[in-house]
Amino acid sequence: MDIALEAPTGCPSGLAPAERNDNAADPAAFVRRDAHGDETLELMVSGAKCAGCISKIEGALRALPGVSEARLNLSTQRLRVVWRAKTIEASTIVGTLARIGYAARPFDPEAAQRETDETGRRLLRYLAVAGFAAMNIMMFSVPVWSGDGEMGAATRTLLHWISALVAVPAALYAAQPFFGSAYRALKARRANMDVPISLAVILALGMSIAETLQHGAHAYFDGVVMLLFFLLIGRYLDHKLRQRARTAARDLLALQAVTAVRIGADGKTTAISARDIAIGDRLLLSAGDRAPVDGVIEDGASDLDTSMLTGETRPVPAHAGDSVHAGAINLTQKLILRVTARAADSTIAELARLIEAGEQNRAGFVRLADRAAALYVPVVHTLAALTFLGWLLAPILLRGLGFDADDVGVRAALQNAVAVLIITCPCALGLAVPAVQVVATGRLFQSGVLVKSGDALERIAQADTIVFDKTGTLTLGKPRLITRADEQTLTSAASLARISRHPLARALVAVAGPGAPAVDAQEIAGDGVEALIDGKIARLGRRGFAAPDAQDADDGAMELWFSRQGDAPVRLAFEDTLRGDAANVVATLKQRGYQVELLSGDRRTAVEAAANAAGIECWRASVNPAEKVARLHELSAQGKKVLMIGDGLNDAAALAAAHASASPGTAIEATQAAADLVIEGPLLAPLIEAIDVAKSSRQRALQNIGFSALYNVIAAPAAMAGLLTPLIAALAMSGSSLVVTLNALRLRGKGPR
Amino acid sequence: MNIIVFLIPAALFMGALGLAAFFWSLRSGQYEDLEGAKHRILIDDDEA
Repeated sequence: MDIALEAPTGCPSGLAPAERNDNAADPAAFVRRDAHGDETLELMVSGAKCAGCISKIEGALRALPGVSEARLNLSTQRLRVVWRAKTIEASTIVGTLARIGYAARPFDPEAAQRETDETGRRLLRYLAVAGFAAMNIMMFSVPVWSGDGEMGAATRTLLHWISALVAVPAALYAAQPFFGSAYRALKARRANMDVPISLAVILALGMSIAETLQHGAHAYFDGVVMLLFFLLIGRYLDHKLRQRARTAARDLLALQAVTAVRIGADGKTTAISARDIAIGDRLLLSAGDRAPVDGVIEDGASDLDTSMLTGETRPVPAHAGDSVHAGAINLTQKLILRVTARAADSTIAELARLIEAGEQNRAGFVRLADRAAALYVPVVHTLAALTFLGWLLAPILLRGLGFDADDVGVRAALQNAVAVLIITCPCALGLAVPAVQVVATGRLFQSGVLVKSGDALERIAQADTIVFDKTGTLTLGKPRLITRADEQTLTSAASLARISRHPLARALVAVAGPGAPAVDAQEIAGDGVEALIDGKIARLGRRGFAAPDAQDADDGAMELWFSRQGDAPVRLAFEDTLRGDAANVVATLKQRGYQVELLSGDRRTAVEAAANAAGIECWRASVNPAEKVARLHELSAQGKKVLMIGDGLNDAAALAAAHASASPGTAIEATQAAADLVIEGPLLAPLIEAIDVAKSSRQRALQNIGFSALYNVIAAPAAMAGLLTPLIAALAMSGSSLVVTLNALRLRGKGPR
Repeated sequence: MNIIVFLIPAALFMGALGLAAFFWSLRSGQYEDLEGAKHRILIDDDEA
């Protein structure tokens, strides 16, 4: 008796609605077999939110015969299932999940190649070692500081030697990422932030050992490991952010890997991965499926939803001989396609190339921290060199001028030069930007905005022009009934509409509510639905089919006609409604001085209506993807920084080409992958919050960089003057890092509104 | 003061023990699913 299967569908805590798996791809093509006869499948599960979901999903799957492992990772929403080969079919797993109310989509195993984030783990190990060393050295440093003057030189040297025992191996181990990156930069004849860091670490260690050998007081063992500890925190935060961005993009692209159903020569159907589709294959495209490749309809007639490709909201009828582009969704009847282009050559791949071109464009963007580093490195090194030369040459110079001055010697000069390098080591600077970006993305995540990369925030903060797409972005992308029809008509029309996947029919059913479909209803592709109601022929569909004698309303709206023998036909008009807060968001953006534009691939009338309703004066209709990109280039040539918001495949290239980009969570995966931000939920308001947070995080990052600079302005002259002691160095470095981190945390303090 | 001959190694040993424990937790994949971990404590495993 399995309780999990009897529970109501979806999340038991009601945190997420039960998902329907309308057009799940057959996962069979994505099953991996190993040598022991076990089969593994990785699925992306949506709708899992809580403990109840975990136990329900894992329990239901483990109850299946042959399943040896089912583990759901709630952070990544990935489910891994392992079972004995031939005990169950892969589709049983997806079916079981669908029955308990979770949608699951297979991952392309190649794209989803389980990447364990080795770099992240290694950074954590470095961080742990540096942290351990920093804390334990304090045990020996604090007595030295507090016993200053009273402690004998022998005791101090003993404590220094113990510190060295901990610090030298720990620092040489934990500084590896900095050494490696500095070495690579120097080899390429560049200098980055890691060059002064590596220099400071090596020089400080060397000098401290030399100092200990001579029983001196200036040992910086504590400073070195503390420096590494703080720097590694910054490095780890930065890595986590980038990793999340990379994972998000890769997951989306892996999900895009669709399957297709091939009809063999013997008429048998097999599920294959889109990659394996060859030209000339015959594919079965069921209602609700997305065409994986370009092809020509060989048999059947249906309606195609191409809104993701073109922005056109109205479905297009398609018959034998018509060509179908990859990405189009088959709505009404099953079709048999003859493939004319492989996946890599299809329309989608063409768009992918446009996306890549756009992303290369964006590579020119220099991150705030890198710009600061470029200024910082030469200044610091010049200062250190000046300190060394100054201490060496000043006595000679003074004597030449007739003053009485003793030589300080190479050792003291070197000591002061190294002190400058240690104290100016960009500890706070390394934390300044990542700390802010981690807090900012965390806060936005709570408001339903997924930020895919840290520099996305920097770019969004710079934007001054905002370009919207219409279908699915400003609008919901779903038609809504605007005609007021009487109850009787609505109920009868809906009973016909229930058997269709056509978006207008769906919209009609949504208004009518639950009910039974009409008996004997038949869908005629490209025309509509016909059925008998109380013995009379009733028709729902386009005018030529349902009401050939009626007058054309000619107002450009989407329409369905409903007729029943003997009654006058009724026209049902639909409209793609704006998102609830679209007009408000546009008004707010304009009020803040943004230039707002609308670029849509849809018809002129539809775009004009939406632009008027949303309050956008500058709009263009019937724009194809390449023209969208061209318009963005035109704007950036004028010196504008464009934030593009779009959802369709036709927007993906423009999103990549824009300075920054966002897409709603309803967007197709490739588009979400191309966008910097993904906004969940039915409203656009999170966009405003994202812009606000991006701006304040930029401000906060600049403050932090400013603070680091200020700290150096005070500390560097002290070090150059030879006033630095190990205690001051330790206090100054940890103090500045703390201030920078606390300043970043203030961003969270405001809380989501 | 001779006591520090024992205390220092003892303190370092305990620190190193903590470090080793962290490495073990890292290797055993306890940081792979932080989101799921907080929910899993609520699940009863009586079926097992």
